[in-house]
Amino acid sequence: MRLTVDGQAFDFNADPEMPLLWALRDLMGKTGPKFGCGIAACGACTVHVDGQAVRSCSLPVGEVTGAVITIEGIDTEGRLHPVQQAWLEEQVAQCGYCQAGQIMSAVALLDEVADPTDADIDDAMGGNLCRCGTYPKIRAAIKRAVVLKTAGI
Amino acid sequence: MASVGKIARRTFLIGAAAIAGGVAVGYYYYRKPYPNPLERDLAADEATFNPYVKIGADNTITIVAPRAEMGQGISTTLAAMVAEELDVGLDQIKVEHGPASYAYYNSAMLEEGGPFAFFDESMTAEIVRAGMGVVGKFLALQGTGGSTSTLDGFGKMRQAGAAARQMLIAAAAQKLGIAAAELETANGRVLHKASGKSLTYGAVAATAAAMAPPAEIRLKDKADWKLLGKPQKRIDMLAKVTGAPIFGIDLTLPEMLYGTVKMSPRFWAKPVKADVSNAEKMPGVIKIVPIDTNYGHGFGIIAENTWAAFKAAEAIDAEWADPEYPPDSAGISELLKQALGTTGSVMRDDGDVDTAFADAPREKVVEADYAVPYLAHATMEPMNATARLKDGVLDIWCGNQAPTLVRQLCANAVGIEQDKVSVHTTFMGGGFGRRIEVDFALCAALMAKETAGRPIKVIWTREEDMRHDAYRPASVGKFQARLGDDGMPVAIGMAIASPSPIASTLRRLFPSISPLGLDKSIVDGAYDQPYTIPNYRVSGIAAPVSIPVGFWRSVGCSINGFFHEGFMDEIAVAGKTDPVELRKTLMAAYPAAVKVVEKVAEMAKWGEALPAGKAKGIAFTLSFGSWVGEIVQVADTPSGIRIEKVWIAADVGTALDPGIIQAQLISAAIYGLSAAMGQEITFADGMVEQSNFHDYDAMRISQCPAFEVAILENFHKMGGVGEVGTPPAAPALANAIFALTGRRIRALPLSKEVTFA
Repeated sequence: MRLTVDGQAFDFNADPEMPLLWALRDLMGKTGPKFGCGIAACGACTVHVDGQAVRSCSLPVGEVTGAVITIEGIDTEGRLHPVQQAWLEEQVAQCGYCQAGQIMSAVALLDEVADPTDADIDDAMGGNLCRCGTYPKIRAAIKRAVVLKTAGI
Repeated sequence: MASVGKIARRTFLIGAAAIAGGVAVGYYYYRKPYPNPLERDLAADEATFNPYVKIGADNTITIVAPRAEMGQGISTTLAAMVAEELDVGLDQIKVEHGPASYAYYNSAMLEEGGPFAFFDESMTAEIVRAGMGVVGKFLALQGTGGSTSTLDGFGKMRQAGAAARQMLIAAAAQKLGIAAAELETANGRVLHKASGKSLTYGAVAATAAAMAPPAEIRLKDKADWKLLGKPQKRIDMLAKVTGAPIFGIDLTLPEMLYGTVKMSPRFWAKPVKADVSNAEKMPGVIKIVPIDTNYGHGFGIIAENTWAAFKAAEAIDAEWADPEYPPDSAGISELLKQALGTTGSVMRDDGDVDTAFADAPREKVVEADYAVPYLAHATMEPMNATARLKDGVLDIWCGNQAPTLVRQLCANAVGIEQDKVSVHTTFMGGGFGRRIEVDFALCAALMAKETAGRPIKVIWTREEDMRHDAYRPASVGKFQARLGDDGMPVAIGMAIASPSPIASTLRRLFPSISPLGLDKSIVDGAYDQPYTIPNYRVSGIAAPVSIPVGFWRSVGCSINGFFHEGFMDEIAVAGKTDPVELRKTLMAAYPAAVKVVEKVAEMAKWGEALPAGKAKGIAFTLSFGSWVGEIVQVADTPSGIRIEKVWIAADVGTALDPGIIQAQLISAAIYGLSAAMGQEITFADGMVEQSNFHDYDAMRISQCPAFEVAILENFHKMGGVGEVGTPPAAPALANAIFALTGRRIRALPLSKEVTFA
């Protein structure tokens, strides 16, 4: 099998039923996406396939044809993505385990809606669980990312 | 009791002397320091001053923050303690967790283990605290829990920084030929202002570390703090927004195998029949091995990747023995109720409660029964560990809250000496008390015996994690109050029955040790609250249910905060007293508590009329040395009850990092609200019924209220931070729902009675 992940081509052998998450983590060394539930209920494994946020723990790798982007591939030439920059400035993370998934959902949201309302944020981020309760800061960081993106940062 | 403080300070000085200079001193055995574990693995050109500070010749400054980072920001705050006194910025240092070592024992974790309320400063209470601290050193538990890390580190880590700084100045004085008194430090350099000469710490580190440590350590005045007391940028933030491989589950080693476990879904039960042959034949599966530990019995699946291991675990065909406890929730509840009917251990007994109730007129008596369910921790990162057993040496990589326990119990399990075990503690994807357990490490260690020296990463499925926790115990309580003519309580009786986390933990960790006396956690948060009531009795009963229970964020206070403060609200309603005024009156002897209640009431504009369909509730709990009041505002909406806003006022004594403290208070409140709204672990056929986030969910972003937090520093002793926001959250919410709907809900989760938007 062949997949393009974060701009790099990977050749590997896997059971086509293997979820994309485990192919990424165990076969391609991409540990940025996290395992949380295995049933698309927590969002820790969120990556982009062809620009769409997907739960990689429940997507068989054999069904993936598009380019995959993980948290490890959203920076540009070593510069943080504006969403990551906003997360840093708002000091969002506590344990940090869910944040790769939160950030990938937020990036997809802002690619689709330049200036989301609170309801847009609730809809886009509702599938991403955080047990540390960083939600107030996630909301603030998404709003800050809007400003950073507009300013071209 | 000033002498206790003096001894503690001198203990460290002796420590620094013996560590840095090899000076032998004739102190009592228990005051002898543990050796500096950093000496073992020093790089070339690197010098260590004490277990917390290493400085390289290139001026690389490494600070060891030996408490588990599970999101609470402890690595940042502990590093700031050393950096403050060492006069370096947080951007100039590297922070490491460091090795498992008795040198990093947590004395504060046991200091509050005695049967005294935090505010009890009697001679007896203080002597027991000092004694327990010594016990902590004997047991040498390097643990992160009980919201104790800053309290434990505050003395010794600032002293470690200050001692190293004074030694660096002395070495620089020698090298420059200038009197030490004329030298200053800033940003990792020693400076002589008059001549403009300066040296980096690295340039004099080797000389300094070999010098005699200072006889007297001078700590900065609070007024001169540059880092402490101010919000710092967390040292772990960049790694956490870039998806860096910092968690145990991310570990990757050459030749690494993958695995998972399938343990008996009935606790303690052994397999009576098992067929692993089909599972073992599945593609990618290498071997399936039995696992037997004090945590239970089951199988370890060794495979070429995690997915293959997960699939094979599902394919194991096993029958398990019957449970030794009642098989379903109804039977367990029955046992708890029976226990509640027996005579308990009295943990608080002011006045004469029996006499006070004997002639109480019926209309002056308030009675209520309360109950809470078992709860899982449900950390975002499922349990996992990586182990390698090669040439008689065991390496374990995992996020854990007790590295010395991991080392000791894994050594025993594998059958090697402790000095052949290295524990590499990673960041944790959540802890909340779950990772004080060592089951995940034991499973990996035992499986590593079967891989011919290859490392194996063993990851539990969410289902396995949810069904094999050390749960927050279920608990039931019976509450009675007699009101006076003014509506204030003149007598309160409380009896609380729950399985004992301490007894359960000992069975798993040290089965040869029997617990003594009542497990205080059964009544924590009920017997030790700063209320003055003439007749006030709180008793606890350990209920004999052997489902594993342990330490869930705020432990007993998560239960008794709800019981105590829900009942206080009932007393206020029955006595026609405002709940804020009731608390202020009953807490008058504890000004710190009164100020917290006043502050949170002022922030929430308590007493001002709200529009129809909105209401507020208040609760207060003193836990882990911090005084916390919370007010929750709820609104009735077409889709159910919405939690609109939460106000929190917390007196933590000394606030070392207000940004992190605020984040922790909000985090802990959300943790408590999540549980109160909808979480419960139930049992059928001896097994946990819930399995994943679809049936054991937590608050989502759309349900998250707005927060407003005030941090106070009125009390003269420093309190904990990581757990203290949890206890008042559930009762404040339940009290708000009563104010909104008139329904008094005395059993959690609230979702059994109301719907949340």
